[in-house]
Amino acid sequence: MEKVFGRSKGLSGTPFSFCPGCTHGIIMRLIAEVLEELDIIEETIGVSPVGCSGFCQDFFTCDFVSGAHGRAQAIGNGIKRALPDKIVFTYQGDGDIAGIGTQHAIHTAARGEKITSIMVNNALYGMTGGQMAPTTLKGMKTTTTPYGREVEVYGYPIDLPKIIAALDGAVYVASVSVDTPKNVLQTKKAIKKAFRVQQAGLGFALVSVLSTCPTNWGLSPQESLKWLRENMMPFYAMGELKATEEVKNL
Amino acid sequence: MVKKVLMKGNEIIAQAAIEAGCKLFFGYPITPSTEIIEYLAKHLPKAGGTVLQAEDEIGAISMCYGAAATGARVMTASSSPGISLKQEGLSYCAAAELPVVVVNVNRTGPGLGGLGPMQSDYFQSTKGGGHGDYRLLVLAPSKAQELYDLTMEAFDLADKYRNPVLLLTDGFLGQMMEPVELKPKPASPEFDRSWIVNGAKGRKKRIIASYALSNEVGEAINLHWEAKYKELKEKEQRWEEFYAGDADYLIVSYGTTARIAKSVVLNARRKGIKLGLIRPITLWPFPEKAFLPYKEKIKGAVTVELNTGQMIEDVKLALECKVPVHLYRRLGGMLPTEDEILAFVEKTFCPGLEEV
Repeated sequence: MEKVFGRSKGLSGTPFSFCPGCTHGIIMRLIAEVLEELDIIEETIGVSPVGCSGFCQDFFTCDFVSGAHGRAQAIGNGIKRALPDKIVFTYQGDGDIAGIGTQHAIHTAARGEKITSIMVNNALYGMTGGQMAPTTLKGMKTTTTPYGREVEVYGYPIDLPKIIAALDGAVYVASVSVDTPKNVLQTKKAIKKAFRVQQAGLGFALVSVLSTCPTNWGLSPQESLKWLRENMMPFYAMGELKATEEVKNL
Repeated sequence: MVKKVLMKGNEIIAQAAIEAGCKLFFGYPITPSTEIIEYLAKHLPKAGGTVLQAEDEIGAISMCYGAAATGARVMTASSSPGISLKQEGLSYCAAAELPVVVVNVNRTGPGLGGLGPMQSDYFQSTKGGGHGDYRLLVLAPSKAQELYDLTMEAFDLADKYRNPVLLLTDGFLGQMMEPVELKPKPASPEFDRSWIVNGAKGRKKRIIASYALSNEVGEAINLHWEAKYKELKEKEQRWEEFYAGDADYLIVSYGTTARIAKSVVLNARRKGIKLGLIRPITLWPFPEKAFLPYKEKIKGAVTVELNTGQMIEDVKLALECKVPVHLYRRLGGMLPTEDEILAFVEKTFCPGLEEV
């Protein structure tokens, strides 16, 4: 019988350790497939953060460096500057890249560092049990905003891709989602483009993927997808936020 | 013989790094260390290397972490407040066993402080500095030639032990000009490179990480680090002795103050006081071995420090508190004169002398 689907060579076979309904596994699979399709698994060095995303080095077959919370892009810059011919990507949660590591996000983009960053946004800190993140929506309940995020006290959520898109060194910025099969395919396209941008040496590329956290949202996997569509998608700017002419011509 | 040239301390460090094969420098400007990044920005690219001014000190040390993971020789340099910011990264470098060379041109503190020399970062340098039970190998040069030689050797030591090495200087050593021989670096031995990440081509993937969620694994890793630190303590203690052999009293001092202490020893000898000097060159591992022949023999010791008494704790331990150990210190960027140190030695150990 013809094999129509199998595990990507980019994945190690270590079973994903995520909660039921979490979309980390889908996003990691897409990255692995892209690495395989571009034939760059052996050329790639991933950088993992701290948080649920921080387990990702176990699931890929490429080399990985794991560092301190928020520092993945700075570490990635160091790797890429040492090995300019290799492919370097970071895989980071929203708290990692838009909270404790914001300075690296801004300056990595401003310098046009030739790395690819994948940001996974579930609007809270998942691994530590669901605290407020820079991306937590107005009124959203977390363990540190038990009455909902009051903007008078905690301010407003950050839409990081919009900020990054405003910087000259960022040549490709996309905000996507994996809530439906169609959007999963869109996400894969965006991730592939972000890696091709790096292969072509055009500049910095960021793909932000909206993700669910059923455990900490207190919803079923299906309800979580619905909640993401009804609450996160209207707030966060979606689609290709920036693609320079050179990127469009890729 | 190589001709001597007159150079500034910070520039000597930078030139030594290039000679040692440093390929990447990540830094952030701060007085009195800035000449290091400036010199390298001018000269390292010509030697085939890369200099990047990072967004901040945390970024700089994290870039060092990434570059070191590829097996490249990498350095960062800063001064006290900036070194505080690097402590997170240093803890991670120590844990991931990454060979990074770090320079601290110690300025005054705490807080923002001033630009003069202090030895106020001794505790931070020698007792870990960041979180976790780790040690840096700490080298304390006191003259131009040592700035050059120890900087070059720092890269070999970092590679040999897979451990961050800290070169601890101060605002005086960094800014002074002194003649130096820019000798070619002796050949480095072959270092194990079987751990680096450079793409898993034709081999299994490698992971460089420091997390250990299982306590059993955590203990095993800590035991591994402990064994390395024991080996460092056994093999790498370094010091210089100056008129110590027959001394009744010892000054213990490193870096800038050790320069002054040498004159104090000579002046004391002219007055008939048998004073000697032990100058630690490695601050960690502290040269305990240097004190073994003297702890039963001498009548007392003085540490001369630019802090309120930090190294004195290690000296007391090395001497097992068998003799009185006193502190003479100046603070806030001030340096002691030879005369005031000698006066303190006389008052402390020979109180009747001035009446003779």
